[in-house]
Amino acid sequence: MADPMKIRAVAQADRIEVKILMAHEEESGFRKGADGALVPAHFISNVSVRLGGREVLRAQWGPAIAKNPFLQFAFRGGARGDELTVIWVDNRGDSRTDRIPVA
Amino acid sequence: MHRLGLAWLLLAMLGSGARADDPFASYRELFGDDNPAELAVAKGQELWAAPRGPQGVSLAACDLGLGPGVVAGAYAALPRYFADAGAVMDLESRLLHCMVTIQGFSRDELAAHAFSERGASQTDLEILVAYVASQSRGAPVDVPQSVREERESYARGRRLFYRRSGPYDFACASCHSLDHRRIRLQELPNLTGEEGARSAFTHWPAYRISQGAVRTMQWRMADCVRQQRLPELVLGSQASVDLITYLGVLARGGAMDAPSLRR
Repeated sequence: MADPMKIRAVAQADRIEVKILMAHEEESGFRKGADGALVPAHFISNVSVRLGGREVLRAQWGPAIAKNPFLQFAFRGGARGDELTVIWVDNRGDSRTDRIPVA
Repeated sequence: MHRLGLAWLLLAMLGSGARADDPFASYRELFGDDNPAELAVAKGQELWAAPRGPQGVSLAACDLGLGPGVVAGAYAALPRYFADAGAVMDLESRLLHCMVTIQGFSRDELAAHAFSERGASQTDLEILVAYVASQSRGAPVDVPQSVREERESYARGRRLFYRRSGPYDFACASCHSLDHRRIRLQELPNLTGEEGARSAFTHWPAYRISQGAVRTMQWRMADCVRQQRLPELVLGSQASVDLITYLGVLARGGAMDAPSLRR
């Protein structure tokens, strides 16, 4: 099973600042292992961030994302205490969902 | 006019001198608390408390020097002498000792896969080191010199630091005893001074951006020895512990800030 993300969401005056650190190998599919064979591609393909029922960010990622991706963004609307949900799905169908209240 | 413009440019560069010397400083700043080592810390916390190994027990009975199971502040006071093992041990030697004597793991198997290969996931040892070190963040380095064995370890470490050997006739001191030396782009810390020793000691273990992994102090020592073209530094060997003791004693009083972010 995938390892947990580290998420921080802090309410500012007019927006909520989000910082997400995801634990993922992010193999591009072009790297060769010690045996000389290509290491199969393994990367996060879809990211969705929701506040309650509202989706505030949706991303489609490819194999060019670096290992242990760090994602930072801000959005308007929402308040302290609201629950933020982050979901990622990778190209093998593996996924991870973590939730935190906005601080 | 041209001259004046150039002078201003030079002044501006001098003003941000620290930044220009260390392009990774701004990178570290951007990352803030989101050092990927935090992922290893979270896993290490679970690993520490999980019943594991042939004995099926956790590391709660492991004494890192401050009593069984006490993790907070322990890393800042290692290496130290352990009467139960009759030796001075650094964190990694002590963790191996606990995983063997308490959990029943095979020492040879642990030592054979102590550090993760490129592209592979972190080893249990690396993850545990990240966690234990994180529990000393902010604590002043207090590597003890209270018993004879600890003082002898320091003295041997000092001798090793200055001892030139190998095909390149290199000592640690060849690179690490002068200010403002660099290898490629990296500034080499002067480990004989308080400032350099503190900076080095308080920032390991560290997440190496170029390797995508948390690397430990034993790894750091072994890799320096490798670059000197010396025989492999054996994990947990007396030589490795002595070098870490020497550095730790010089770094006393510095505030621990590991796991950090390194190039």
